[in-house]
Amino acid sequence: MGCACNEFNRAALLRKGAARAGRGLPAVERGMPLPAGTGLSRRQFVLSSAGVLLSVYGAGRLLAPEAFEAGIAQAASVPAGRVIVGIYLQGGIDSMSVLAPVSDPLYHQYRQTLGLAAGSGPTFAEDAALMWHPLASGLAQLHGEGKVCAMPTIGYTDPMNQSHFTSRHYYEVGALDANLLSGWLGRYLDAVGTQDNPLQGLCLDDSLQPSLATAKVPVATLDLPSDYSFWAQGVWGPPQDIMYSTFDTLGQAGIDSHDPAMGGSGRAAVMSNTLRKQLLPYQPTGNQQAPPLPANYPQNASDSFPARMASVAAMLAAGFPIKAVSVSTDSVFDTHEQQSSVFASGSSDGFGEAMQTIYAFQRDLEARGLDDRVLTLVWSEFGRRPQENASGGTDHGAAGCGFVVGTNAAGKMIGEWAGIQGALDSLGNLTETVDFRSVYCSVLEQWLGQDAAQIIPGAAAYQRVAVVK
Amino acid sequence: MSLPVYSGRFGVAQAERLLWRAGFGPRPGEARELARMGLRGAVHSVTRPRSQALVGPPPHVQSGAALQPFDVWGNDVLWWLDRMVRGRAQLVERMTLSWHDWFATSNEMVDSQRLMIAQNWTLRRRCLTSFPRLLNAITLDPAMQTYLSLVGSTKQDPNENYARELQELFTLGVDNGYTESDVREHARALTGFTNTWDPSTGQPVDFHFDPKLHDDGVKVIYGKRGNFGWRDSLRLVLAHPDHPRFFVTKLWSYFSSEPLSRADLRAAERIYMSSRQQIRPLVEAMLMHPAFVAGERMVKPPVVQLVGMLRGMGRYIDTDDWVWQSSQIGQTPFYPPNVAGWDATRWLNTGTWQARFNLTADMIGEKRALDPAKDKVKAEPKAMTRRALAFWGAPQISATTLRALHGYAEAAAIGAASADWERQQYPALAENALRALIVASPDYQTC
Repeated sequence: MGCACNEFNRAALLRKGAARAGRGLPAVERGMPLPAGTGLSRRQFVLSSAGVLLSVYGAGRLLAPEAFEAGIAQAASVPAGRVIVGIYLQGGIDSMSVLAPVSDPLYHQYRQTLGLAAGSGPTFAEDAALMWHPLASGLAQLHGEGKVCAMPTIGYTDPMNQSHFTSRHYYEVGALDANLLSGWLGRYLDAVGTQDNPLQGLCLDDSLQPSLATAKVPVATLDLPSDYSFWAQGVWGPPQDIMYSTFDTLGQAGIDSHDPAMGGSGRAAVMSNTLRKQLLPYQPTGNQQAPPLPANYPQNASDSFPARMASVAAMLAAGFPIKAVSVSTDSVFDTHEQQSSVFASGSSDGFGEAMQTIYAFQRDLEARGLDDRVLTLVWSEFGRRPQENASGGTDHGAAGCGFVVGTNAAGKMIGEWAGIQGALDSLGNLTETVDFRSVYCSVLEQWLGQDAAQIIPGAAAYQRVAVVK
Repeated sequence: MSLPVYSGRFGVAQAERLLWRAGFGPRPGEARELARMGLRGAVHSVTRPRSQALVGPPPHVQSGAALQPFDVWGNDVLWWLDRMVRGRAQLVERMTLSWHDWFATSNEMVDSQRLMIAQNWTLRRRCLTSFPRLLNAITLDPAMQTYLSLVGSTKQDPNENYARELQELFTLGVDNGYTESDVREHARALTGFTNTWDPSTGQPVDFHFDPKLHDDGVKVIYGKRGNFGWRDSLRLVLAHPDHPRFFVTKLWSYFSSEPLSRADLRAAERIYMSSRQQIRPLVEAMLMHPAFVAGERMVKPPVVQLVGMLRGMGRYIDTDDWVWQSSQIGQTPFYPPNVAGWDATRWLNTGTWQARFNLTADMIGEKRALDPAKDKVKAEPKAMTRRALAFWGAPQISATTLRALHGYAEAAAIGAASADWERQQYPALAENALRALIVASPDYQTC
């Protein structure tokens, strides 16, 4: 995964802390904001209709699992609506590696060791000053099909905060407000969601991503459906396959015993094995038992990001009543040292894996006929400083890159690439050419049909940009 | 009249059940030894333990570090699991778990491992004494007082939380023999408990009764009038005519899933009341009841199965994996889901069954698994199955399940192997799988 500063590893700890509903984790950084979602209560249960373990988060008292089962079934019975998917590139990705200004002499001056050679990747069609990273060729291809709005310098000023926690918090809550505890997607769900369908806001992670933190309605995190798998120590191949079918034999022995407890245990065995077989299609990669997926997700990924995105597509296809999704990369792009390893080809994680996954997700949606319903927003908490450091890395910067991806995406650049010269702030960081809140307001209004004024504080002040066709 | 006593053969199967239901399962050979004592001797050996010693290596986590039960997350759970694994007085540990369920208190809310462990000792020390002593102690217990809002319940602002659960969950049963007015009046009688906070640690300390906070006015409880205080509250509810039936029914439910007959209920109530509400004589009688010894089976509570697996295979607490594993299988000590404790009618579903299965892999671990490249296992289904059973201390299983295991071994070790290397390696893989299948069997998941 390359370098991750210790500070950022503690960020992961903090996210877990937020999941524990604000219980006593010390702030890892003086003055940092409490993560959105802190204080939400949490209930875990197995959604038996789908065989997945849900953690439901909500403000105050939560309904009983049975009520959620019924609410989810009810919500799934009405026509499916539009979905917004947020993909968070953890750690502040280096935008000048994703869309490299290879024609700018300053770029090569600033990036003496990390600079990409002109012509080593696809040219960015809307501005020949920029070149896609070779590992982003999938995104370049989607861009060529008019399905990507690139935002080469998205951010905010006044005051720019270079702390991972604080800057990420601003993006999650949709405001430069350290005290806001609901996420921008959470507030959208509060406006349109219901009390009995936690799947309306779904986070595929082990804890709630703050952008989905609500104040009124419940939302859920989900263990990977593909995690519904069974393993035994030192068992593989045919002996393993036969072991699974023996679940049924043993279970049936319990059922036939006419002892109620043996019968209950036996039924659990048989039902578990049935479910195991039903969930095989969710098994995204590297599993020979799984039927092939309609898209080419990274094989042999060393982390869960591809599996999570594949699961989002599979769950939408299965009719789960989802309105907003948050997923994070497992890879961390906080590249203070040896940045090249994170952007290296042939790696089982890092930038290449993230890009291939985002590309595969779009193709997956297209193959399943879901692409009309989904708009994906790819973001990171900041970009990195143009001047590389002495450790073969880059330090925290200001404006960075983001993408709106989808068949319905406007397909045109949002903001512009203003060059390096003259675009730098007093600290030598890039200044933004579009404010992230402009993008949020535009997504809310143009894609979700929601008055942004109810969701984004001070929405009227932000210029609207074209995010959908 | 007393409770009926089982009169059939008391063999290994019956002894094994006693060890699972009145403890955390047998160590290898233990069921056989117990069977030789006969029913009465065996029951007395668990209800009147001669030693409360812990036997075996002291607990530690992966790093080798000793437990810090008060201070390190999860080490509270490991501390108790260790007592369950190593304690010679198995019924004491099992009763402590049952009382923890009966007087459910969760550290999720109490937020002090120290107070939870203090409560654990309170329950353990009194677990087989008298129910009035136990109720008295739990009412004064800081963790309980925190959990059910007894501290801070004052004359000006009485909190009904403890008063309600005292009747609903601890002594009478829901809507059984009391009114909403009784709840309010009990709450008034129970006012006056408070505590202070240690400014340096932020921990609650100095739990005490402050007469100034107590409502000393006249209350009416169950139609009786008086200036009742907390002792009166407990006295009145323990003397309530509906209490003995509730008590014996609930206590029995920890030992058997079959309901007692009306005559047996009356007999159990008599044992309870004639002994001045002692617990041990009633437990002894219950453990000899025919329905306990030879009646329907019960699903092992998740923690019981987890600890029992460790005991059967001779493993001790050497990792904190069991903390998160216990949550996956559905029962983390010190963290019951709510005031009513765990729902013992719903231990098994597709999620917890999967978790129990995968727990086995963690418990066996890479080191103990057979290595198909090194361990030469002969393709003999019966011998393979016998060894896999011995891995868990040779638990009793039914003939049907044994046939299923033999069938598996035959198919996986012999039927599926054609190439030479498969014929050499599949038997080891299959014997590994047999260990997991044994624990997954309805026979092992119940007792």
